[in-house]
Amino acid sequence: MRSNLGVRIAQILPTLVLVSIMVFCLQQLMPGDPALVLAGEERDPAVLAQIRTELWLDRPLAMQYFHWIGNVLQGDLGFSWRIREPVLNLVIAKLPVTAQLGLMAFVIAICIGVPMGIVSAVKKNSFWDYAANGIGLAGLSTPNFWLGIMLILVVSVQLGWLPPSGYVPLTEDWRQSLATTIMPAFVLGNALAAVLMRHTRSAMLTALEQDYVRTARAKGLLEIRVVLRHALRNALVPVVTLGALELGTLLSGAVLTEQVFSIPGFGKLIVDAVFNRDYPVVQGVVLVTATVYISLNLIADIAYVFLNPRLRNA
Amino acid sequence: MSATTVDQAANDAGAVMAKAMQSPARLAVRRFFRRPAAVFGLFVITSFVLLALLAPFVAPFNPTQTSWTLIRKAPSWAHWMGTDENGRDVLSRVIWGARASLLAGVISVCIASGVGVPVGLLAGFVGGKVDAVIGRIIDAMLAAPFLILAIALAAFLGPSLQNAMIAIGITATPIFVRVSRAATMDAATNDYVEAARALGNPPWRVAFRHVLPNIVPPIMVQATLAIAGAIIAEASLSFLGLGQQPPAPSWGSMLNSAQRFLTQAPWLAIFPGAAIFLAVFSFNLIGDGLRDALDPRAK
Repeated sequence: MRSNLGVRIAQILPTLVLVSIMVFCLQQLMPGDPALVLAGEERDPAVLAQIRTELWLDRPLAMQYFHWIGNVLQGDLGFSWRIREPVLNLVIAKLPVTAQLGLMAFVIAICIGVPMGIVSAVKKNSFWDYAANGIGLAGLSTPNFWLGIMLILVVSVQLGWLPPSGYVPLTEDWRQSLATTIMPAFVLGNALAAVLMRHTRSAMLTALEQDYVRTARAKGLLEIRVVLRHALRNALVPVVTLGALELGTLLSGAVLTEQVFSIPGFGKLIVDAVFNRDYPVVQGVVLVTATVYISLNLIADIAYVFLNPRLRNA
Repeated sequence: MSATTVDQAANDAGAVMAKAMQSPARLAVRRFFRRPAAVFGLFVITSFVLLALLAPFVAPFNPTQTSWTLIRKAPSWAHWMGTDENGRDVLSRVIWGARASLLAGVISVCIASGVGVPVGLLAGFVGGKVDAVIGRIIDAMLAAPFLILAIALAAFLGPSLQNAMIAIGITATPIFVRVSRAATMDAATNDYVEAARALGNPPWRVAFRHVLPNIVPPIMVQATLAIAGAIIAEASLSFLGLGQQPPAPSWGSMLNSAQRFLTQAPWLAIFPGAAIFLAVFSFNLIGDGLRDALDPRAK
């Protein structure tokens, strides 16, 4: 098992290097000279030359990359052109907001997706199965920014139950924090709930056909006990790990959700940076997101090995 | 054995023979049309395509024509979906917006499959170091979440529908590489591929003449589902202001401006969003239907 884990970790390193090259290359796609963007109205050749020297723009591409990646490895993701602050500080300030939203969305997705998947599998080919599949497909097909707008319209504007936008940190007032994040978290978790529903259904259908389930039924156990104690416990392992793999995709959804609900998180940071042509921030956010995503995948892999006794003892 | 039983047996054998002689494509089409949900999806998408193609004739008003006397009018007989903040007819903009969304969906998937399928074919067919290198590059591309990478690409390329399509196409490429690589590796083990090799065909000919036609079904399924994803991605980029630029209509950009008038004019948000949902839902239904129809294990 250790050697498998070692191989998995070793595979990550070249991926991270390639991600860093990809992120670095993003800047090369930018039309025009970055020095001109940074200089703004200033067109003095001396100032432009100074900017180019400071940013290593007058060096060959390979040297620029090694300079940039050297800084990244020392924790320097660059300097925001607009806010005039290190990108790392901005990332550290915004990441907890998105992490809270993502974790709440994950919990909501499990609470909705797993029970729906169980019902769908147990009542296979019944009305409940078709209804759950239909709801799941609808969940996958709904753009989360539209769902967010519709929820604001109904829950906030019409019913006045929850605030339509804004964010209160958990440490400041947990009640207000939950009130401001529950609706965005539901919107963010909606598509994940649909994915989990499909995984749970498929895993439960496989588990319900196993010999141990037949044995449990033959022993005369109640059906609910057979389903929840015997089938679900085995079906949940792949579901939870596959769900963890999907956690990274929540980061994508967070971009739009945070925009709709005006939540000052990671997603809003990248959108604001895009509109202000603050390219170091865009690069930094993409790099951090990719690293978080790769790490989550690794954690999911490890969790799968630990949760599955057959793989653990292999 | 009575004459009727013999006739019956002959009829049954004839039916079995006739079924065996049907082409796999014809059987798949028959299986597809036996699924009401997939047929419904196909009907909706055909309607959207017709509306998009015939937009100049079908749309009741010019989608960019403003009118200061018609600002934010609720749905009525004259304007079925109401009017927007500039007095433009929402129905006409939804119809014209179908062009942008469907075009973005189809073109970005053409880019993704046009690049991804040959690369996947190469990786799966050649294997070894080529496969390992391509695999690592694909892992790296998949490491950045789809929309974040598309936003970054669209930002660096500049905001426009064309750049949004390129960004979505590039971002969706890795999944086509993966699907076609897996299908190629599966198809390459078949006897007919061995036979083609044994006959002395060069590798490129074996790959393109014998393997490629056999990996089309999974790619078709992936392409249908990818169009659904690309429509959402285009709407998302336009919603953020990185796709179709105003005053040209697009479902995503319509939702963007609708956000500011949610309390006064909710219809501005309802109809374009419903159009996105219906198009994406229908493509997903078709994708599911195709998967079941093209899977040989499907009954």
